[in-house]
Amino acid sequence: MSTTTTPTAAAPSTNSIGLNKNDYKGGPSTLCIGCGHDSITNHIITSFYELGINPHMVAKMSGIGCSSKTPAYFMSRAHGFNSVHGRMPSVSTGAKVANRNLNLIAVSGDGDTASIGLGQFSHLIRRNLDMVYIVENNGVYGLTKGQFSATADKNSKLKYGAVNPFEQIDICELAITLGCGFVARSFSGDPKQLVPLIKAAVSHKGTAIIDCISPCVTFNNHEGSTRSYLAVKEKDEPLHEIGYVHGAPEIRVDYPEGSVQEVELADGSIITLKKLDRDFNPTDKLAALNLIETSKREGLLLTGLFYVNTTNADLTQTLTLTDTPLAQLKDSDLRPGTDKLSKILKSFE
Amino acid sequence: MSQSIINDCSITVATVNGSGSQSANNILLKTLFRMGIPVGAKNLFPSNIQGLPTWYTIRVNKNGFTARKRDLDICVALNPATWSDDLKSVKKGGVMIYNSEYPLTSGLRDDLLFYPVPFKKLAEENFTEVKLRKLLTNMIYVGVLTELLGIDVDVLKTVVNDSFASKQKVVESNFKAIQVGIEYAKANIKKTDPYRVEKMDQNKNKIVIDGNTAAALGCVYGGCSFVSWYPITPSSSLCEATIDYFEELRVDPATGKKNFAVVQAEDELAALGMALGAGWAGARAMTATSGPGISLMAEFTGFVYFTEIPAVIFDIQRVGPSTGLPTRTAQGDIESTHRLSHGDKQHPLLLPANPVECFDFAQSAFDLADRLQTPVFVMSDLDLGMNQWVSDKFKPSDKPLDRGKVLDAAGLSKAGTFGRYRDVDGDGICYRTLPGTDHPMASYFVRGSGHNEDAKYTEKADDYARLMDRLKKKYATAKNYVPKSVTQLDSGAKVGILAYGSTDLVIPEVRELLKAQGLKTSYLRLRALPFGDEVTQFFKDHDRVYIVEQNRDGQMDRIVRLEIGELSLKAKSVAYTDGLPLDAHTVVEKILSKEKGQA
Repeated sequence: MSTTTTPTAAAPSTNSIGLNKNDYKGGPSTLCIGCGHDSITNHIITSFYELGINPHMVAKMSGIGCSSKTPAYFMSRAHGFNSVHGRMPSVSTGAKVANRNLNLIAVSGDGDTASIGLGQFSHLIRRNLDMVYIVENNGVYGLTKGQFSATADKNSKLKYGAVNPFEQIDICELAITLGCGFVARSFSGDPKQLVPLIKAAVSHKGTAIIDCISPCVTFNNHEGSTRSYLAVKEKDEPLHEIGYVHGAPEIRVDYPEGSVQEVELADGSIITLKKLDRDFNPTDKLAALNLIETSKREGLLLTGLFYVNTTNADLTQTLTLTDTPLAQLKDSDLRPGTDKLSKILKSFE
Repeated sequence: MSQSIINDCSITVATVNGSGSQSANNILLKTLFRMGIPVGAKNLFPSNIQGLPTWYTIRVNKNGFTARKRDLDICVALNPATWSDDLKSVKKGGVMIYNSEYPLTSGLRDDLLFYPVPFKKLAEENFTEVKLRKLLTNMIYVGVLTELLGIDVDVLKTVVNDSFASKQKVVESNFKAIQVGIEYAKANIKKTDPYRVEKMDQNKNKIVIDGNTAAALGCVYGGCSFVSWYPITPSSSLCEATIDYFEELRVDPATGKKNFAVVQAEDELAALGMALGAGWAGARAMTATSGPGISLMAEFTGFVYFTEIPAVIFDIQRVGPSTGLPTRTAQGDIESTHRLSHGDKQHPLLLPANPVECFDFAQSAFDLADRLQTPVFVMSDLDLGMNQWVSDKFKPSDKPLDRGKVLDAAGLSKAGTFGRYRDVDGDGICYRTLPGTDHPMASYFVRGSGHNEDAKYTEKADDYARLMDRLKKKYATAKNYVPKSVTQLDSGAKVGILAYGSTDLVIPEVRELLKAQGLKTSYLRLRALPFGDEVTQFFKDHDRVYIVEQNRDGQMDRIVRLEIGELSLKAKSVAYTDGLPLDAHTVVEKILSKEKGQA
């Protein structure tokens, strides 16, 4: 049976597959008020809604940490997997290879990615698993109350005066060097930049890394760094003992390409973001690395899409997987038959 | 010459690894097998690529006792570095066939027979190609043994043919080398030893295969579609064989597309992570490793236990930490794997004892993992996994694959309600959905310990206590699904023997030797944990039960004791490991010495 309908303009409240934005929502967030991570959650919801991706075909992957809790706060209709600290890439690899039709969106943190998870992060990129990987980067361990992560700037200070003596791992530079075909950096409170980046990342066939600066409103204090996120003004107060988190308003920015924007964080400190020029060519690896480093020397945190390469085969292609997801193969696809076994066993006589 | 000893001897070839002796040894073994004689082989190799000592032992025994023998009858000594040790290893009246060109400094024993063979000279005289000479030296000792033991040359020819099937030139040069050995022995060695072999008919419909190859076939026929692994001896050959059979059997000839995926992971943490990701998404996934890899998998194993995701993990056990004895066998991971990871947990272990069970248990492990939604460990070892065993042929299951309690969209609609961790059937096993299921009730959120029946986040004390009780119930349910123990009773026997895994190979001989000493025994072979009431009954039926295993601490002994309550007073541990497969005399001595105290 078929019916003919006159095409009408889609109602503004639904997307191309007839779902409304509420269909992309998740459970209530349990993060601190004003956390940059919640902004990113909203931008993920917007991106998937606008792309018209069916939530049941999405798998939400994460490791451990504040960031890794966030998949519970978007797309409740999608299966979610809050895995093990630093090990989300391996779980994602298995899931995507088992069902190649799934859209994987992963949320990780700087500790989950650049410290405990650096090995799996690197090998995920090496294999070019088709997934979006957002690092909600605040340079600090929030969930265990404020220790340094590997993305913290060298010489930055912790709240009680401890100085980070180690070099910072730049997730974007690392990803580019490892051969990642989609590398971007953005800021949690910049929907105009971040939403298109997430949408582009979803469309990219292969691993897409978005290093998203996401201020921790509670535990960060890297004075003099490019990211200074101290959220508690009463500096002498031992926060982890009094257990009070005051929260802060969400930080939003809106600045044009090629320009520089100073952002005042919850503690009154400043970071300076610089957005890539519109005419920047993101297909030149060396140019991208050069620009990120040069900006860093100038005290600027460069944002934008740094590098794109769409020519690499993703893992399902490399493995020459059958079109049917492995998870849906039938007994007859999986068991070769008794005669074949007899023939094999004959060779062992 | 004393009276002949027919089909009862143990032969060792001592050489250095990397010298190419493997194919000569395999040809020797296969020939004896095709002569219909019960035969077993153990390859003792170093963790090295070239230049360290290696020994290959073949046990021929007309009664079917093919476990390693402690005392050797015949040694082919080709490694001057191990000469003095090799000399000691042969029993009184035995034979040393040795390379007469080596300057052997230590004194010869006067209670052995010595057959010198100038291997290098024979190779040089007969083969012009230098590289070939070294390789074919090995075939020369096959020829010498053929003549001395009376190996059937026609059978030997078929084996050489099959071994180098596609290369006629290789067949010819190998057989020429064998002929050189035969002729040399005929002309120069006066046989004064008693050892001979004769054709029998014990190997009809049998094969010679290693447990890892058998397990690989079991994985293919068990419907495995995803393998993630990190290379480690002695498990690598399992994954490599699986890859080979996948490529042979699971590629669409028209499109070249594959009904399987194999990912070599960056480490064992990632290997298990991938397997469980695939299991969560609905594929039948496995990984294989050995002790050190199992340790790395501890973190994920706890997570899988709590989140209830199917995973099959092969542990091809070996001696402890790396460097030194990683190429020696042991049953040393039983206790740690049974309770691997943090928090309360117990995992089902399958305990294959021979290649048939390697195939069967590999095949059924995927059903079990899907049915029980938990990691299932298949505990093989280096001896079983990598040595060549004479085996019955394998039969694939004729039952459909058991995918366990999975609800698709139609199933969800029919059920009308869904909670991922609700115990609907009262057996501790809940229903699950797979990602990608198009139904408003399908999705749920996987997380570690903090989830209630509906997979919602919780830190409530009640929720956690209920979850733990249900997981315990599920483990008890597993008893109904895992392979049952096998018992051989000897009427009137007051003493029992309990063993598992590759230790089984030595037990028939142990029982025979004990019987000769006047001690009748019954035998129970554990094939899985958790075990059923049959084990308790076995302890009830016997005064004492010796638990024989290849580790120091009596690991299974401790597990069994915990389960059988007061009966545990009857359990006596016979645990021994030195890296070599167990031999019967060592076990018999230990049991008899404990028996003395019982009288």
